[in-house]
Amino acid sequence: MASSSNDAPHYYVPHQTIWPFMMSVGLTGLVLGFIHYLNGDSGTFLMLAGAGLLIYTLFRWFGEVISESEGRQYGKWEDGSFRLGMSWFIFSEVMFFAAFFGALFYARTLSVPWLGGAGEEAETHNLLWNTYQAIWPTNGPADVGGEFEAMPAWGLPAINTLLLLSSGATVTWAHHALKANNRQHLIYGLAATVGLGFLFVILQAVEYSHAYHEMNLTLHSGIYGSTFYMLTGFHGMHVTLGAIILTVVLFRAIKGHFTPQNHFAFEAAAWYWHFVDVVWLGLFIFVYWL
Amino acid sequence: MNAQAVQHADHDHHDHGPAKGWMRWLTTTNHKDIGTLYLWFSLLMFFVGGTMALVIRAELFQPGLQLVQPEFFNQMTTMHALVMIFLAVMPAFVGLANWMIPLMIGAPDMALPRMNNWSFWILPFASTMLISTLFVDGGAPAGGWTMYPPLVLQTGAAFPMLIFSVHLLGISSIMGSINIIATIMNLRAPGMTYMKMPLFVWTWFITAYLLIATMPVLAGAVTMLLTDKYFGTSFFNAAGGGDPVMFQHIFWFFGHPEVYILILPAFGIVSQIIPTFARKPLFGYSSMVYATASIAFLSFIVWAHHMFTVGMPVAAEVFFMMATMLIAVPTGVKVFNWVSTMWKGAMTFETPMLFAIGFVVMFSIGGFSGLMLAIAPADFQYHDTYFVVAHFHYVLVPGAVFAIMASVYYWLPKWCGHMYDEKLGQIHFWLSAIFVNVLFFPQHFIGLAGMPRRIPDYAVQFADFNMISSIGAFGFGFSQLMFAYIVIKAVRGGKQATDQVWEGAQGLEWTLSSPPPYHSFSVQPHIK
Repeated sequence: MASSSNDAPHYYVPHQTIWPFMMSVGLTGLVLGFIHYLNGDSGTFLMLAGAGLLIYTLFRWFGEVISESEGRQYGKWEDGSFRLGMSWFIFSEVMFFAAFFGALFYARTLSVPWLGGAGEEAETHNLLWNTYQAIWPTNGPADVGGEFEAMPAWGLPAINTLLLLSSGATVTWAHHALKANNRQHLIYGLAATVGLGFLFVILQAVEYSHAYHEMNLTLHSGIYGSTFYMLTGFHGMHVTLGAIILTVVLFRAIKGHFTPQNHFAFEAAAWYWHFVDVVWLGLFIFVYWL
Repeated sequence: MNAQAVQHADHDHHDHGPAKGWMRWLTTTNHKDIGTLYLWFSLLMFFVGGTMALVIRAELFQPGLQLVQPEFFNQMTTMHALVMIFLAVMPAFVGLANWMIPLMIGAPDMALPRMNNWSFWILPFASTMLISTLFVDGGAPAGGWTMYPPLVLQTGAAFPMLIFSVHLLGISSIMGSINIIATIMNLRAPGMTYMKMPLFVWTWFITAYLLIATMPVLAGAVTMLLTDKYFGTSFFNAAGGGDPVMFQHIFWFFGHPEVYILILPAFGIVSQIIPTFARKPLFGYSSMVYATASIAFLSFIVWAHHMFTVGMPVAAEVFFMMATMLIAVPTGVKVFNWVSTMWKGAMTFETPMLFAIGFVVMFSIGGFSGLMLAIAPADFQYHDTYFVVAHFHYVLVPGAVFAIMASVYYWLPKWCGHMYDEKLGQIHFWLSAIFVNVLFFPQHFIGLAGMPRRIPDYAVQFADFNMISSIGAFGFGFSQLMFAYIVIKAVRGGKQATDQVWEGAQGLEWTLSSPPPYHSFSVQPHIK
């Protein structure tokens, strides 16, 4: 930080920008379209227009940041803010998943056993569903969604675990290559990571299709189906987002961006990827395995 | 804290003044502009939410149904809470953080200025979405701001609007908080160690952490409501193995830290103002910091005290009761420190100080009734009565809102360069302080006598105190027009404020001119 007043570093404060406002317009359009759809009206156009504007704005906004970065506008000081920003953003994502993991744990350790008669005063069991036995996986005492099969851990999910763990390794390989200024290996490592990431998403789509068509495991399958799809679904969306981020980083690497010393965007993408990876491990253990 | 502020003329090519015309406000990346936007927005919403409160109090002026339908009454209670919490008090605090934190820590601006703009510019869209629910089929949400299922799932066309406006407001708060944390951790002037930071900065530092930790949990909770209603999930449906009580647990895991989000920055403000007008340094600075951190920590393990009557194992009732009462310890530390700061001080009573002292006294009343509510067996009686309403309004109105007003009087001369009208300010304080007690104090009595909250009609034995309370409400509400008048008058002109503004004021923000230059601290000062 600053040591004397004259040669003190200058923090980069960007000029006026319209992109944040446009992001709000796009996001509001997207959400309003979805609201219309949920209320039974047609909101498709609004949704698409909003999404289009959102994507365009993101493109321009990030484009501006990237050209500032390539134009050497950012030093160590700005870099520190970006790092803090990304870390705390990832922390907020962790807390988002915590809400759904909390729901899963609450259902498995408290509410489902109570429905099955655990505890002394579980009147729902005595008065409403006295034949219900609390065995996980369950779709509840009213058999919501009809009979279903639970997703076994050691088929596709185990393969997906391997895919994500390897992608964590390949992104580290790319990082080492970047620091050693080995551009070729950087690009190979990134390409492998992106490939593994999208392969994961495809396999998960296969898994969902299998669950819907052959196992009658749907969003409607009581608390098991709810927690299963909510947790794996939001995780899948995060994998998709992470893979898109890594794709941008890959294209930037191909264009010759990043130096061995200065490559925050790469690191942020890698942090995000590792976060997605760790969430998956939690999912694999608590949703599929135990 | 001695600061050598070095003020440089802006020769650097990076520096630029505000853009011309109204586009300035859409495109600004300047922390002062964005702070100003937040504060005006908050003031507007304060009157919107206040109008809703007056509809409630007008209906309750007499027993029987007078003015509005019960359904609309319920919409008013729900919307009043949502507007006041998410659109008035929280944006006011974020606006103050935007304006003051860079000035107080000697930073050039906020750490992430473009994102800062976005944090604000989500708000007008989200709030329009929320408030326009009043005009859709089925009316606005009417099941209470806590959105408990299954009741909230009966909301009409407003339901998805409610859910998504909460999502948007959450995005805004999370980004605002990330920005505040990054600014505090990365942009402090050389020599300003953590334990030299002004207390307002400290309390916001901890508040931002609470926001980042809990807003995503609220987002998860309302997402589950959305899928339960539209996509056939069973999170809160016992028939499918879920549990409506689970929503309450997840909601209050957010909701209780949210309570401290609404009060910790107020603690910070009061800790800035009292030393200035007592002309003594804050008593027990480090204990204030540790007390704030303790309150934040405890706020994560007390949530179920909002749910004592819902049905929980006895062990849980006891745990949450004990943990809740523990909060009185760090809060007591704070109150005693404020009082000790004033002890033998050379005190003067300008408007900010009046509001700050009003805060200490009346926040403590709200704290004491909170302690009563913490006792689980007693809460079985108090739950969902007007006693609860009186309790949280004491901590939020003469608590949080008084602190915000104190801060506006305290910093307004710095912001706009003009002194406000001191005489009018003092009249505003006394009207507010008297009417707020006329408004809320009788609610303790009718609550203890058994009047439930969120009802448009009531038994005749509650009539007298309700009438008094309604008179207080209208008195308090109309007194606030004075506040808007005083602020606008000061912005438009008035006696030129000095740099230091207040004789006893200490800190970096007072070393700058009033108003400060568009870009302050382009070169950081050194803190000894």
